[in-house]
Amino acid sequence: MGPHSRDEAGRLMQHTRNILRQLLLIVISIISLYPVWFMLSTALKSSKYYTLDPTGFPYHVTLSNFSAVFHNWPILTWMRNSLIVTIVAVGVSTVISIMAAFAIVFGKGRGRESLFRSNIALMAIPPVALLIPMYTLMVTLGLINQLPSVMIFYTGLLVPFSVFFFVNFFREIPMELVEAAYMDGAPHRRILRKIIVPLSGASTITLVIVNAIFVWNELLVALVFLQSNTSRTLMAGLALYQGRYVTNEPLLMAAAFFSILPLVVLYIFGQRFFVRGLTAGIGK
Amino acid sequence: MLPVLVALGLVFGYSFVEVVRYSFYAGSVGQLTYVGTSNYKELFADPQFTHSMFNNFKLLATVPIVTGASLALALIINTTFRGVRHYRAIVFLPYILPATAMGLSFSYLLQGNGVIDSLLHSLHLSFLIHDWLGSPSWVIFSIGGVIVWQQFGFGVVVFSAALLSVPGETVEAARIDGASWWVVQRRILIPQIRRIIEFFVILQAIIVLSSVFTYVYVLTGGGPAYSSSVMEFFIYQNGFENGSIGIASAAAVVLLLIASVFIAFYIWVRIRATKQAA
Repeated sequence: MGPHSRDEAGRLMQHTRNILRQLLLIVISIISLYPVWFMLSTALKSSKYYTLDPTGFPYHVTLSNFSAVFHNWPILTWMRNSLIVTIVAVGVSTVISIMAAFAIVFGKGRGRESLFRSNIALMAIPPVALLIPMYTLMVTLGLINQLPSVMIFYTGLLVPFSVFFFVNFFREIPMELVEAAYMDGAPHRRILRKIIVPLSGASTITLVIVNAIFVWNELLVALVFLQSNTSRTLMAGLALYQGRYVTNEPLLMAAAFFSILPLVVLYIFGQRFFVRGLTAGIGK
Repeated sequence: MLPVLVALGLVFGYSFVEVVRYSFYAGSVGQLTYVGTSNYKELFADPQFTHSMFNNFKLLATVPIVTGASLALALIINTTFRGVRHYRAIVFLPYILPATAMGLSFSYLLQGNGVIDSLLHSLHLSFLIHDWLGSPSWVIFSIGGVIVWQQFGFGVVVFSAALLSVPGETVEAARIDGASWWVVQRRILIPQIRRIIEFFVILQAIIVLSSVFTYVYVLTGGGPAYSSSVMEFFIYQNGFENGSIGIASAAAVVLLLIASVFIAFYIWVRIRATKQAA
């Protein structure tokens, strides 16, 4: 065998390896996407058609399930509730966390490092362990079946990760930038607003997306705190109606599809923010 | 600073104190009577609780599976080739989707004579056919399968990002010395990202111990009987369906103690990592 044919063999092997890799990736992609495709294709079938052919391609497309969900379910109310809760909880937790992170990184107060450390521990606390005391508190405050009950709980749950995230980001900002402003006698709030916030744009979007996914997807707290039909979030409503409509697969899949649609659309346009934010808890 | 302290104090501080206090009481709110440690005794005598706890431990088996599989894929796609970014984006998608909605989809895929069973049938793998969610011995592993499906892409993205930050020269030098692909991965790349792998493993363990309620609730409702119940589900059922606040709180304290072992380990790894970076 001359050197020439050895080259040839090497190239052939490289080629085979590439094909195998592509095949593996295609199989994994199908597994990743299939449950979503199943949801959509089922939602596009009539109940009768689904029973005859649950896995087949939806050749006879019907939109009746989507319109039935809109007309017979309070899904618009649930979506609106989810949206309001998400905006308030994410908004409040972001604002107060950015202030706290500023104080931890650039402030002079004592105990900043230990606050940051305990904060890291709180990131991993199981929410279910806080559920009973928070529930009795909300009962006392008369907030059960009111959106503020979950807003307060979610805000608290989001704070540890948000502070952690901003502290890590602020530590990359050159200290001199802030020191110089201090020298000029600028008040804290002004430094935060004029120097830090403008630098934090992309990071803030990243954090907002991560936190919004958490709130939008959360089930347990919403299930317990919001028990009236008009106060439910989308996930809580979906979980409840599962029991009621379990034998009408296409209808349930249509409703489930509504609940994932906003996320999928956001993901397609802002993928890098998702990836960056959701992997921020790892490392550093 | 103050607003954050108020939020943390209310949601975490207040709740910690109260959940521990409730765990020594019986009755409903407003009419609590002190019962000492009898809730804990009752808890560990309750087969449903111990079963739930063991289910959480069984779910820990998903951690090495997710870690191993996603690390393997991250290593395989750790080169530039056509479409790699799209593949990564597709694999990551399940991680962001709500477990409630995807659990619904999986409940139809996994049901007896459901989609997965008919797929197995058409592949002539009939001996694998199961009532995935209806069989008491299989059900927790089916739930584990859905968790793997959702967490896999997260691992791929985390490990891919870590591999990108490994300096190319080290790998290049080893290749020139004639090291095979496998040796490069095992001796150079994996040790370089060990820290990240450790973080990932601990985080995954914390997730299966304390954030799998949605899967159980949507896929099985804890059933058949209580065979797929986990600690979170036990707390939910006792606290909010049966009104046994004391028992549920005692279970919550046990869960907190188990979780804090992992959290302490997590903080230890983190502190060690920052020390080494400095």
